[in-house]
Amino acid sequence: MYRIVNKRELNPTVTMMDIEAPLVANKAEAGQFIILRVDEDGERIPLTVAGCDREAGTVKIIFQIVGATTALLNRKEVGDFLADFVGPLGRATETEGVKKVCVVGGGVGCAIALPVAEKFHRLGAEVHSIVGFRSKDLLILEDEFRSASTKLTIMTDDGSYGRQGLVTQPLAEALAAGEQYDEVIAIGPLVMMKFVVATCKPYGVKCVVSMNPIMIDGTGMCGGCRLTVGGKTKFACVDGPDFDGYEVDFDEAMMRGATYRDFEKHAYDEACNLFKGEVR
Amino acid sequence: MANMSPKKNPMPSQEPAVRARNFDEVTLGYTREMAIDEAARCLHCKNAPCVNGCPVNIHIPDFIERVKEGDFEGAYGVISLSSSLPAVCGRVCPQETQCESKCVRGIKAEPVGIGRLERFVADYHNEHATGEVAAIPASNGHRVAVVGSGPSGLTCAGDLAKLGYQVTVFEALHLAGGVLVYGIPEFRLPKKIVAKEVEELKRLGVKIETDVVIGKTLTVDELFGMGYEAVFIGSGAGLPRFMGIPGESLKGVYSANEFLTRNNLMKAYRDGSATPILHAKKVAVVGGGNVAMDAARTALRLGAEKVYIVYRRSLEELPARKEEVEHAMEEGIDFRLLQNPVEILGYQNPDDKRDPKNGFVTGIKVIKMALGEPDASGRRRPVEVPGSEEVIDVDCVVISIGTSPNPLIKNTTAGLEVNSHGGIIVEEATGKTSKEGVYAGGDAVTGAATVILAMGAGKTAAKAIDEYLSNK
Repeated sequence: MYRIVNKRELNPTVTMMDIEAPLVANKAEAGQFIILRVDEDGERIPLTVAGCDREAGTVKIIFQIVGATTALLNRKEVGDFLADFVGPLGRATETEGVKKVCVVGGGVGCAIALPVAEKFHRLGAEVHSIVGFRSKDLLILEDEFRSASTKLTIMTDDGSYGRQGLVTQPLAEALAAGEQYDEVIAIGPLVMMKFVVATCKPYGVKCVVSMNPIMIDGTGMCGGCRLTVGGKTKFACVDGPDFDGYEVDFDEAMMRGATYRDFEKHAYDEACNLFKGEVR
Repeated sequence: MANMSPKKNPMPSQEPAVRARNFDEVTLGYTREMAIDEAARCLHCKNAPCVNGCPVNIHIPDFIERVKEGDFEGAYGVISLSSSLPAVCGRVCPQETQCESKCVRGIKAEPVGIGRLERFVADYHNEHATGEVAAIPASNGHRVAVVGSGPSGLTCAGDLAKLGYQVTVFEALHLAGGVLVYGIPEFRLPKKIVAKEVEELKRLGVKIETDVVIGKTLTVDELFGMGYEAVFIGSGAGLPRFMGIPGESLKGVYSANEFLTRNNLMKAYRDGSATPILHAKKVAVVGGGNVAMDAARTALRLGAEKVYIVYRRSLEELPARKEEVEHAMEEGIDFRLLQNPVEILGYQNPDDKRDPKNGFVTGIKVIKMALGEPDASGRRRPVEVPGSEEVIDVDCVVISIGTSPNPLIKNTTAGLEVNSHGGIIVEEATGKTSKEGVYAGGDAVTGAATVILAMGAGKTAAKAIDEYLSNK
């Protein structure tokens, strides 16, 4: 059992938690993920590590309430326990030799982009961060990004904060103006990552994306997380989750991600109804 | 005087039409009378060829003699000397290629039903055990780490615990049992039997740490740093193989590991399960091993109207356990033998890119095969018959063509040598690897094989670890 030691609402649909899991905290690096089960008989879900405190033995997770399991997780409070919390899984983001990097985060993906930006920053790289949200209400981690970045650009779809537009706009402008990034790393919705890759392509700048497919065991057994990368079958859990953006078949990944859409919608509605019933 | 009936006592089972729609165990087990009658078919050959056919060398005629006398606990005692998981092996061993293949009665008629008797004895013991249990051994102060809680790990841990070692088993998943819980379905191996075996190990003092991935959470070298003096790696088979044909990424294509894990470990077949599974109407399972049979019969129980096994060789080469093939046929699984998939087809609405049906499987294109000259495995090599393609309408495909070893431990353990397939290299007689104090066994060494071979390897390694630590 793994105790929740801290919980904070970042916006109405995104929550941050610190979980006591010393073995995981001891090893976790930016870019890796964990798998958790909220309670017995629960679903196993992967979440990317949003940070860790090795001394306190805690791992930070940030999640958006998108389905039944994340809704259930969000109902847990400080002092409650999670049934399972295993990791760190996957390969850490490669940072070696990168002197100047552009970190692009979209929505809750910013939670995963932050530790990556922080790691580059800590290693002395020049970090340009571009983060995008639908509106000001959904903005998260602004202060944290500001202190981890040499330059921070905030984008909102509706213009309610920062600049109006998509994250690809300032990236395209920077590349057009001759910014020489050693690497662009994109973490967010698949469609965003796909367009970040397309934006980078004319300039040939290295572009890394962090994939988050359907997963069960997360250790290289079930094969549910397979992706086509460079025409070959790869497993996000052991080969990734970071991949060369130019090689990833995004359309296929988006298609596969929708396999259980009906089930998920139904389970989420059921969970919401259940919770409403409890409140009454 | 031996019972000279040419046939085994038949195994009582649920009716095929009934069991094909539930997840309860298919076979019901012998009654006492059947067991005594079957035991009387044993000729008690002096040289006992059956014992040599058993990977853990159970004293088969001795336990059968006790069954014949009605001393079922005595029979259990005999089996326990050699096997730590009799209730499991009686159910899942391929007896027809092991003990029963050597049975003298099998030359002219059916061999003695050794597997069925083993299961009877184990189940009898589990039901009637009086609570008098073997004494917990005194600790010898040595600590051993076991990686993986499947058949090889559990066996190795059990044998070492009985010798007084303090054993910790590290399991990556949230539940102990390995393939016995995520792979083999409830209808073939009830999970309460596995849970009981795990409980017995805990009673012997074995600690089980779930949610620990060796190679990630901790490394083999760190285990030594923590005070473990030897490590046994029984981490299992690994990543599922795919065929590399078009359409394998469509929605509704599963590896057998994923399909079975969703059902067995995550209980997706239950109403209200938090883990989803597609309830397909027509399913094709590609492959001919036990795992393929398990997947096909699971699909049927999930409500499929039609389930195919697509296998590129003939019935003769089908590697699955004979009983499973018979059961699958009785349940109405359609065996498409000498056929090989060339493409998986999916729905694509040309007018609507956002049609939610887009990307779901609609069929599998297969080509007929003919058997040519024998290949390296000694089996006749299947070759395609040109122009014989055919499309089978299905909405789900399960790929069950084997696995390749998991890279996590190899990549994080300096000095651990693996072969060209990625299997850990060991000395066969001891399970000793190229790294001092590290032993390995089971599928991590051999690639996908059987429960009993993995158990045998766990036993061999336990003995070798005991010798290593005693002489250290």
